[in-house]
Amino acid sequence: MNKILKKAFFSSNVVYFEVEAPLIARSRKAGHFVLVKVGTHGERIPLTIAASDPVKGSISLVVQRVGVSSTKLCALNEGEYITDLVGPLGKATHIEQFGTVVCAGGGVGVAPLLPIVEAMKKAGNRVITILAARSKDLVILEEQMRANSDEVIVMTDDGTYGKKGIVTAGIEEVLLREHVDMCVTVGPAVMMKYVALLTKKYNVPTMASLNTIMVDGTGMCGACRVTVGGKTKFVCIDGPEFDAHQVDFDEMQMRLGSYKEIEREAMEHYLEETGSN
Amino acid sequence: MTENRATTRNIPWREQLRKSITNKERTAISRVHMHELDANYRNHNNEEVNMGLTLEEALTEAKRCLDCPNPTCMSGCPVSIDIPGFVKNIERNEILEAASILKQTSALPAVCGRVCPQEKQCEAACIYTQKLGKEAVAIGYLERFAADFERESGQASIPACAPNNGIKIAVVGSGPAGLSFAGDMAKRGYQVTVFEALHEIGGVLKYGIPEFRLPNDVIDVEIENIKKMGVEIITNCIVGKTITYEELKQEGYKGLFVASGAGLPRFMNISGENLIGVMSSNEYLTRINLMGASRDGDTPVLSGKNVAIIGGGNTAMDAVRTAKRLGANRAMIVYRRSEHEMPARIEEIKHAKEEGIEFLTLHNPIEYLGDERGHVTTMRLQKMELGEPDESGRRSPVEIPGAIDNIEVDTVIVSIGVSPNPLVPSSIQGLNVTKWGTLVVNDDLQTTIPAIYAGGDIVRGGATVILAMGDGRKAAAAMDEYLHSSNC
Repeated sequence: MNKILKKAFFSSNVVYFEVEAPLIARSRKAGHFVLVKVGTHGERIPLTIAASDPVKGSISLVVQRVGVSSTKLCALNEGEYITDLVGPLGKATHIEQFGTVVCAGGGVGVAPLLPIVEAMKKAGNRVITILAARSKDLVILEEQMRANSDEVIVMTDDGTYGKKGIVTAGIEEVLLREHVDMCVTVGPAVMMKYVALLTKKYNVPTMASLNTIMVDGTGMCGACRVTVGGKTKFVCIDGPEFDAHQVDFDEMQMRLGSYKEIEREAMEHYLEETGSN
Repeated sequence: MTENRATTRNIPWREQLRKSITNKERTAISRVHMHELDANYRNHNNEEVNMGLTLEEALTEAKRCLDCPNPTCMSGCPVSIDIPGFVKNIERNEILEAASILKQTSALPAVCGRVCPQEKQCEAACIYTQKLGKEAVAIGYLERFAADFERESGQASIPACAPNNGIKIAVVGSGPAGLSFAGDMAKRGYQVTVFEALHEIGGVLKYGIPEFRLPNDVIDVEIENIKKMGVEIITNCIVGKTITYEELKQEGYKGLFVASGAGLPRFMNISGENLIGVMSSNEYLTRINLMGASRDGDTPVLSGKNVAIIGGGNTAMDAVRTAKRLGANRAMIVYRRSEHEMPARIEEIKHAKEEGIEFLTLHNPIEYLGDERGHVTTMRLQKMELGEPDESGRRSPVEIPGAIDNIEVDTVIVSIGVSPNPLVPSSIQGLNVTKWGTLVVNDDLQTTIPAIYAGGDIVRGGATVILAMGDGRKAAAAMDEYLHSSNC
């Protein structure tokens, strides 16, 4: 049982939680994730840690409301408890002084990108952060990103804030302008796929942090498997970060849809039951 | 131990009991039959298939045991349970005494009575099998009977524990190895804390073995007993991740037992294995058994109509019978050897057949085909025949050139084994692992770090509940000795 210390809405469907987890707050590193379960019969869902406060003994999570499980989680309020929370899991991000690093995040992928930006900056890199969202009100963590980046470029699909265009346009602008030693990308599979295609063209090494379906998250079930460089890898143990140029994003995208139908029906059922339709 | 057992064999009531009926009369009794739920009823629900023995049946079955002076059955038991000792107590209707004898050696008798491959262990070594050419004494059924009787009586005895010695011991994993180690160390007076990564206690007993074979209530009572012995169990905590070994040492823990169990599922690396609908038996069973998918859980599961399970072990049988229960029209076992070579318990194969499971033996998948959305639709199977025996002594399957079957499927569950869980070995520096990923241990189950012992699947790579429990007991004895000699 982990107490929710703080809850805030980043947008109507994106919720920020600060959760009591003293051991994890102490041991986690950039790139690590946790598994969260709400209720006795809840589902285990992986969430990358956005920040932590070892003194306060808390970690921060950013959750997008999509299906039944994330909706149940987002419905929890300050002072309430998350039934089960375990971590930190996965391998920590490989951080070193690369030189100039472009960190590109889209949607709620911006949250797990934050600790990577912080760590890259701390390691002495020049960090250029690209934040992408559909429109202005979906841009998250801008302030924190600015505090840890040498430059922040905001891209919105509809041009309501920053520059109009998708994340790759922002990256390409930088690549055309200056030499980049490393790129890190976190976001939807399709976005990462196009980031990888672009940076490959420019020969910039790129890491992608993958968020796949998991059940136990501790190296047991294999639900999270992806193909990297023609070989099957497990995101929970071998990842979550991989060489983006080697990841089969199409397969990953396909596998993310494994339970789409069942989940849609479950959501309809849930909305009917809770009367929140 | 042997001496002790010989002494107990000669106590007056046992001698009298032996003389009460002649061996000829004993051997004339035929082996009891287990009551089972009707196959067409049970293959739609999760109720336990085996219904247990009645008291009368147990008393009669116990009479069959000859109380041999040299009980070979015990040599067939990985933890050397005093088999004649508990069986003779059943015969004289001292069932609680029988249960207490079981608990001296087994932390989980109700579990072992249900899931041990008795036909390959104690019952294979029974004098009936060895010398008389008859069916063995139903040792497994009797073990289950005694444990269930005690549980249902509400008079479960808590094994005597030595006074608390104040020495803190940590255990990684609450499966059969971890629990039996914890129980044994508590008996020796240690202050034991078990750290479990999942949200549930019990490891494979909970996430792996379905309730129709091992009800959760049965496990929970055994777990409660271990807690009553003073063992503390902390869920959602991964040693090496949530809390490091160094931190445990700082908190005063003097020993660590790693029983982190199975890990990454093996796949065959054939085309189409990452299609939607193809998954490991670990994933399938965890969704259903641990997460309650298809029942009251929020976790989804694909309940296919044409389901194939690849493999012939107990887990494969569990998965295929689960698929049938979730409403599959065709639930198939695909196994590359013949039924004779199947590693599953004979009873599981029998139950599966009764429930309408199809057996495609001497078939091996070579490819899966999918539709445009990436859902698996077809498996391509290479037909095999048996060739010469291989290094395992089993006749190895050889391809029949050109003989390929295409079979329609919407779910494929790959159950060809697992690698050890890499989480703990990779998180504690100084632990040596083999090329298979198992932890390197000596004969005492001590790892390359002296205060860390290990047992179960993390050492064996994939074994049975009873072997894991045996490791727990052995490691407890060895660690106890180590801690005394190192003056902790």
